[in-house]
Amino acid sequence: MRTSIRNSLSDTMVMMERRLRHSFRSVDTIITVVAMPVVLMLMFVYVFGGAMNTGTGHYINYIVPGIILMTISSGVAYTALGVNTDITSGFFDRFRSMPIAESSILTGHVLTSVVFSAVSSFIVFVVALAMGFRTGAGIVGGLSIIGIFLLYTIATTWLAVMFGLLAKTAEGAGIFAYPLIFLPFVSSGFAPTKTMPGPLRVFAENQPVTHIINAVRALLAGQPVGNSAWIAIAWCLVLLVAAYLTSMYIYKNKTT
Amino acid sequence: MSAETAISVTGLAKSYKNLKVLDKIDFTVPKGSIFALLGPNGAGKTTTIKILTTLLKPDQGTAAIYGYDVVRQPSRVRELISLAGQDAAIDHILTGRENLQLIGSLRHLPNANAEVDALLERFDLADAADRRVATYSGGMGRKLDLAMSLLGNPRVMFLDEPTSGLDPQSRLTTWQIIKDLAASDITVFLTTQHLEEADQLANHIAILKEGGIVAEGTPADLKKLLPHGHIELGFTESRHLRAAADLLSRYKSHVDDPSLTLTIVTDGSIKQMTDILKRLEDAGVSVATFAQKLPTLEDVFLSYTGRGKQGENGHEN
Ligand SMILES: Nc1ncnc2c1ncn2[C@@H]1O[C@H](COP(=O)(O)OP(=O)(O)OP(=O)(O)O)[C@@H](O)[C@H]1O
Ligand SMILES: [Mg+2]
Repeated sequence: MRTSIRNSLSDTMVMMERRLRHSFRSVDTIITVVAMPVVLMLMFVYVFGGAMNTGTGHYINYIVPGIILMTISSGVAYTALGVNTDITSGFFDRFRSMPIAESSILTGHVLTSVVFSAVSSFIVFVVALAMGFRTGAGIVGGLSIIGIFLLYTIATTWLAVMFGLLAKTAEGAGIFAYPLIFLPFVSSGFAPTKTMPGPLRVFAENQPVTHIINAVRALLAGQPVGNSAWIAIAWCLVLLVAAYLTSMYIYKNKTT
Repeated sequence: MSAETAISVTGLAKSYKNLKVLDKIDFTVPKGSIFALLGPNGAGKTTTIKILTTLLKPDQGTAAIYGYDVVRQPSRVRELISLAGQDAAIDHILTGRENLQLIGSLRHLPNANAEVDALLERFDLADAADRRVATYSGGMGRKLDLAMSLLGNPRVMFLDEPTSGLDPQSRLTTWQIIKDLAASDITVFLTTQHLEEADQLANHIAILKEGGIVAEGTPADLKKLLPHGHIELGFTESRHLRAAADLLSRYKSHVDDPSLTLTIVTDGSIKQMTDILKRLEDAGVSVATFAQKLPTLEDVFLSYTGRGKQGENGHEN
């Protein structure tokens, strides 16, 4: 049993190392993932920023939570692509016919996605700081923010794994991420929801991304978070469990 | 099941929706032998390999590797086998060496680096070892794929069309490697479209068609299934061809006008040969070329898979 746990850990690390090589060897991947949120941030702050009245100090402080969520989501799309490529290239079959821990293949993808999201979010965060972003969050607040983003990353990555397993082509695999990437636009991410028209406002105020953004924004400002943090965590946990179970089911019953 | 059996398959059946791919097939492969599964495209060769390598569950029947059931004891089976699938499963972003090291780590080999170097050398990939696989040619990728499957001393190797896309030199190298595997007591299960390959390598051949095994045996056994050889006469003018066909009308023959050849089925006896040549000689028909053809595995294959000419050289005269 000991050795099997040790082997399973080591298999997972090997799979993760392989995926990390993929992520950081092709420079264009990290550039693509980081470029879009950075360009959006520049545009929002310097082009529209002056016209925005969010009722809170600096506009950049207002949009950073939404921008980081977008960064994570577009990185996660890359996992769907990776999982799908492993299937179509016959790599899954090769691994599945070998005496290795079955979970290591998918777990390797998920862990890599976490590392990748952390790195790309950090880059975007540094750019935001350079643009004048400031936070009043302390250690506890900072750790809470990291925890929420981490949970969001893991949950959406399992969703990505699920789409990667289901998609017939690599192009199809990445498409699911677009709604995810654009969800912050229809939330409190860039403008207060109370300016939005009826049905849109109802949607924007109740969708999970709004709760995540409100919670992170409050933590960044060093203000009390209220219920939004718990609602955000609940959404992520439900998504995580559902996507994980579905992915594992598809994976176990998959016949290529 | 005997202790000498590497693969045993009984009553194996598999359908995809309404398509019956395997309809209760049986075979056994002794340890240390080379078994070739032949069949036209879509016959179910890859499907059989997927079942044997635990990737696909059969609808009916059983399959066992070294006595371990592929459905109930997949992890036992996986410790014994290795698969080189029909499409090279290689990582294009990694280098050739990294691909091999990846498999070495997953197989927990204590001496992976030395084994990796030896394989790179053996497959003539040492020079390209530290280049990304994306820059490899198709054949190089195929060789790397095979090398990855060899790593870690598996007992039973499944090779799905191992030499497709290889140049003649690499094909010979691969054949030698496969022969060496069998000599070191590794069992090889391969599929191929090249009859010559099966003839060269396999101890035992099975021909799969429409879900069933329609013929099996050693290459020599299979060739005996078609007792008749044939001779081919080539002519320079079509009137000679016509005259010869008339003279030899008592034999089963086939006239091919475009190439000006006459194919005659014989039992291979001197008596028939002499008779044929004497008739032509007496009538003064000039023959440009003469060739005697023994039945090939290809004739057997074509006659059993029902494509092209029949084994009995369909005669139209
Ligand atoms: N996942 C699948 N779903 C539906 N049909 C399938 C599936 N996989 C294979 N088939 C069908 O099963 C049949 C056998 O396929 P298989 O891949 O085993 O053939 P093969 O003998 O390996 O052919 P080839 O020489 O072309 O590689 C084919 O008709 C194929 O279309
Ligand atoms: Mg095939």
